[in-house]
Amino acid sequence: MKAANLDNQNKTLLRKLVVVALVMFAFGYAMVPLYKKICEVTGVYDLIKPDEIVNTQIDKSRTVVMEFDANTRSQVGWELVPVEVRMNVHPGELVHATFRLTNPTDTIFDAQAIPSYGPQHAAQYVKKLECFCFTQQKINAHETRDFSVVFVIDPSLPIDVGTVTLSYTMFEIEGTRSTVDSTVEVGFRAFKS
Amino acid sequence: MEAAHDHNHDHHEPTGIMRYVTTTNHKDIGSMYLWFSFMMFLVGGVMALVIRAELFQPGLQVVEPEFFNQMTTLHGLIMVFGAIMPAFVGFANWQIPMMIGAPDMAFPRMNNWSFWLLPPAGILLMGSLLAPGGAGGVGWTMYAPLTIQQGMGMDMMIFAIHILGMSSIMGSINIITTILNMRAPGMTMMKMPLFVWTWLITAYLLVASMPVLAGAVTMTLTDRHFGTHFFNAAGGGDPVLYQHIFWFFGHPEVYIIAIPAFGVISEVIPTFSRKPLFGYASMVYATGSIAILSFLVWAHHMYTVGMPVEAQLYYMFATMLIAIPTGVKVFNWVATMWKGSMSFETPMLFAQGFLFLFTIGGFTGIVLAVTPIDIQLHDTYYVVAHFHYVMVAGALFAAFAGVYYWLPKWIGKMYDERLGKIHFWLSLTFFNVTFFVQHFLGLAGMPRRIPDYALQFADWNMVSSIGAFGFGLSQVFFLYVLLKAIRSGEKAPEMPWEGATTLEWTHLPTPAPYHSFETPPDLRS
Ligand code: HEM
Ligand SMILES: [Cu+2]
Repeated sequence: MKAANLDNQNKTLLRKLVVVALVMFAFGYAMVPLYKKICEVTGVYDLIKPDEIVNTQIDKSRTVVMEFDANTRSQVGWELVPVEVRMNVHPGELVHATFRLTNPTDTIFDAQAIPSYGPQHAAQYVKKLECFCFTQQKINAHETRDFSVVFVIDPSLPIDVGTVTLSYTMFEIEGTRSTVDSTVEVGFRAFKS
Repeated sequence: MEAAHDHNHDHHEPTGIMRYVTTTNHKDIGSMYLWFSFMMFLVGGVMALVIRAELFQPGLQVVEPEFFNQMTTLHGLIMVFGAIMPAFVGFANWQIPMMIGAPDMAFPRMNNWSFWLLPPAGILLMGSLLAPGGAGGVGWTMYAPLTIQQGMGMDMMIFAIHILGMSSIMGSINIITTILNMRAPGMTMMKMPLFVWTWLITAYLLVASMPVLAGAVTMTLTDRHFGTHFFNAAGGGDPVLYQHIFWFFGHPEVYIIAIPAFGVISEVIPTFSRKPLFGYASMVYATGSIAILSFLVWAHHMYTVGMPVEAQLYYMFATMLIAIPTGVKVFNWVATMWKGSMSFETPMLFAQGFLFLFTIGGFTGIVLAVTPIDIQLHDTYYVVAHFHYVMVAGALFAAFAGVYYWLPKWIGKMYDERLGKIHFWLSLTFFNVTFFVQHFLGLAGMPRRIPDYALQFADWNMVSSIGAFGFGLSQVFFLYVLLKAIRSGEKAPEMPWEGATTLEWTHLPTPAPYHSFETPPDLRS
């Protein structure tokens, strides 16, 4: 009788521990949205949101070299290049930079640009008012398009930073690819039905 | 006192190999775990020697870089999941029922399953070398996005991790249930031997952290084949997220390896000092706080991913906090020896080796916890030196101490004391020749996980490789010591260690009978 009792106790504990294991498995998955949320709330993940600019004076006494760079990540043969590779700017000054996308292929797709900075900690001093990286872009076949970025270098940029590199990697969004012909066909099918 | 009375109940026990395939006896299963882990240790060791052979000289001589990467990866995975963890589960199986006065583990059939899941996982890991493109060459941390670009070997690796995780979780559930429900009357929680306490805490760590790893590799798998984008930046995922999930498991994992080792040491040092463990209660609380803290410090592995400085500060200080309970343990061990009448048989020698070298590994850990220093040392040989001090000189030495300590109880024969001591001194020497010099390499800037290196690193690498081969041979010697004890060891006395006080020594004959404590001893008084 005591043995049966122990058996039951053991089984109850077994069940509880299995639940713990399952909850922790779910927790692993819950870390995905949690991580995004924490990054958003703490402002780590504000790569694709416009910055707020506190009105600033232009600091004419200081010149910062801005370097631009761009890469693409996709199996399709398109490219993104900075129109100006280098600019001298004053902190506080409104800067326009242009990146040119060339897609010589028949492929249509969506793309998203993600910025990165050198040195890394310069990121927080490049305040972007407008950027093609804030949204996904639809890229047409045989298209050449200029994208612009408008930003201000925050005058509180540490004095030892003389050069800031702004680099974009533009990713093709998987599953958005189609070719010119097939879109015609899709349109045609949509028309027929 | 239970005499070795007759156990010819009328169930028919299968013989030969079937005895081991079908066994539900905790002692059989414990032995299988220990032998399996020792075999995996040798396999992982050969892989380490492939790595060290390539690194003997600068330039590429022995293997292709891709194969080198596969060796590092498999070495890491096999040592962690195949050698060290199963070894301590083996100890748990043998010792926990005997130390708390239980007849067996709570779920003997599940226990059999937990073990028999391991060989398929081992075969999958090693078999992945034969897959097209070879095994995954991604490091044991399996970081995205590299894992997404690997061949089929990666899938086999992921599947192996799933199986290993399942085995660990089942084993842990068994251990927790046994400890909580099956203690002999009078064996209160605060009377349990510290080894049992450390395993209780470790088992909770396992149940809470292994599923997270399973989640991480499942996400990798679906990213690879089923169009999800958890870690793929092109689809809006984030590779840094992988690191967070992995290390949320990974840091507790290092304590899963270390805490049972603490348990073994906490049995061996009092026995050979002939004094009770100093500060028993503080040991229990220290182990508990280490376990809780271990879930709160994971991003100290990620100082270079570009975290905000506030987060870096938090992880730095939280990590350093762990030094306090760890320090409590080290001081308690030292205080146990204080004015004890110590003797230095092989188990005690390995415990002393553990104490010295684990403490060095702990100190380099504190060095690495300092964010600005880690940004310099991250992914250098300094880190390799650090974790081998805690895992080899820590966990592995503790396992050796445990084997020498309990071997008489398990097989009823003594090992050859002289050979045991030789094994210790060889291991100690070659360990330091191999790994101490890696601190210099790391400080000088040699990156880890590379098959070739700049010329200025040549000398210490040669020293380290010589040490590694010496260490490897010392472990073959250990196999000889073991086999000699099993075949022709002297008959062990009933109580080979006069200072031992736990139930398996005081209440059971030597060797322990196949079935022990079928009626629990009454410890109330
Ligand atoms: C015979 C003794 C051993 C030797 C000579 C040895 C040697 C090595 C070497 C050369 C590396 C590669 C370092 C690199 O390039 O990054 C390595 C990595 C590693 N070792 Fe060992 N090792 C030994 C035992 C162990 C044990 C017992 C464990 C674990 C419990 C272990 C865990 C690891 C881990 C986790 C890695 C990292 C793998 C990775 O980079 O993904 N090693 N070891
Ligand atoms: Cu850690």
